[in-house]
Amino acid sequence: MSRKIDISLTVNGRRHAHAADTRTTFADFLRDDLRLTGTHVGCEHGVCGACTVIVNGEAVRSCLMLAPQADGATVVTIEGLCEPDGELGPLQRAFRKHHALQCGFCTPGILTTAHALLTQEPDADEARIREVLSGNICRCTGYVTIIQAILEARESYRSKASAQS
Amino acid sequence: MKLPDVDYIRPKTLKEALDLLSAHGDDAKLIAGGQSLMPMLAFRLLAPKILIDIGGLSELRGIEITDTGVRLGARTTWHDIERHPSLKTAHPLLAAAIAHVAHYQIRNRGTAGGSLAHCDPVAEFPTMVLTCEAEVVVAGQDGERVMIASDFVLGPMTTALPADEIITAIRFPVWPKARRWGFEEFARRRGDFAMAAAAIFYDLDGEQRAVDPHMGIIGDADGARRLTEVEDLLAGQRITRTLIAEARALAERSTTPSEDIHAPAPYRRALIGTMVERALAASAGINLATAAA
Repeated sequence: MSRKIDISLTVNGRRHAHAADTRTTFADFLRDDLRLTGTHVGCEHGVCGACTVIVNGEAVRSCLMLAPQADGATVVTIEGLCEPDGELGPLQRAFRKHHALQCGFCTPGILTTAHALLTQEPDADEARIREVLSGNICRCTGYVTIIQAILEARESYRSKASAQS
Repeated sequence: MKLPDVDYIRPKTLKEALDLLSAHGDDAKLIAGGQSLMPMLAFRLLAPKILIDIGGLSELRGIEITDTGVRLGARTTWHDIERHPSLKTAHPLLAAAIAHVAHYQIRNRGTAGGSLAHCDPVAEFPTMVLTCEAEVVVAGQDGERVMIASDFVLGPMTTALPADEIITAIRFPVWPKARRWGFEEFARRRGDFAMAAAAIFYDLDGEQRAVDPHMGIIGDADGARRLTEVEDLLAGQRITRTLIAEARALAERSTTPSEDIHAPAPYRRALIGTMVERALAASAGINLATAAA
């Protein structure tokens, strides 16, 4: 039988202590318990990539993770990608500029995936970006503008990385 | 859909995990990365009463490269393998095959031990375990024991792992530097399940003849397997264009892939043949695109 387990985690810089149901996926926990509905739930079995969030620095499918497995984790969701002052982050600005979304359902998963990739690999080339995006299904755009936007946003991740090194 | 009603527990030690497995028997299922198990639950193909999460057992994660080979802790992820600085030289075939496993987000959580225990018929890792004759280290109440690959992998979604034991590591035999190898896979989209794949390795004797060839394929009806028919053809021979063509024809005669919504059987059989041909050509440094000299 399912039951509630107390977990604590940090989401977008904010600490949460919450009782998580053992049969709940992390995607549903984020949406229904923490009310962070920017994470979208598409296929619910790990194919579409819409529910991608960043757990301890790694992009993961939140529908393929149980909520109790997030205990102690540091998480970034689409709500955490904006600048500290609430303005759009570099990826979000580039997506708007290049019209890299139409219906927008897959966009949170693509932005979190691209953010994790460019943070880890600021020199990722177009081939690498395309390979990584094979895990995110977009049925509107044909990906062309998505790739353009990510390539443009890459510059700010590069300058951030070189400023830190 | 949403997951079936299920309880969850996260043991802190291997001993605790084994005790929980013994106590719950068939009602329990181990979860590590969960990248195969979670879809099985979501499709309601499985409905265990309790999930035992071994994600906290950090001693099960890691890659060791020694004089005796490559040891992968069961919880080693695909990204751990991809990012390892020397695995590509210590075991190039394994590194090449693992590069085809799943998509970016799944590679961050999916584990070697999980893939082997799940034993999907078209998954790369069980195929590598079979082809390379790796050893599977499993722990139970009586301690650790070692199983050989061909005793462990029994068929699609079927292994010899008893319900109360846990895979702790997979050990690949040492890889001689001069060994020849090839790995080719076809999937409609990068990261998707393979429609067909072929892996080959052999050593060369002083006369440039193949010694002890090992070939594994994905795409046959009964899941991943060694293609012993082709291994026998190649043994003791120089790998020439003529022999590669024979190997391709023999591979197609020796396999009976099944038909499904994605492709008819004859197409799949031809695909296996093509993968065998390309993997062999790569192993011998032959460019199939150029005419024979």
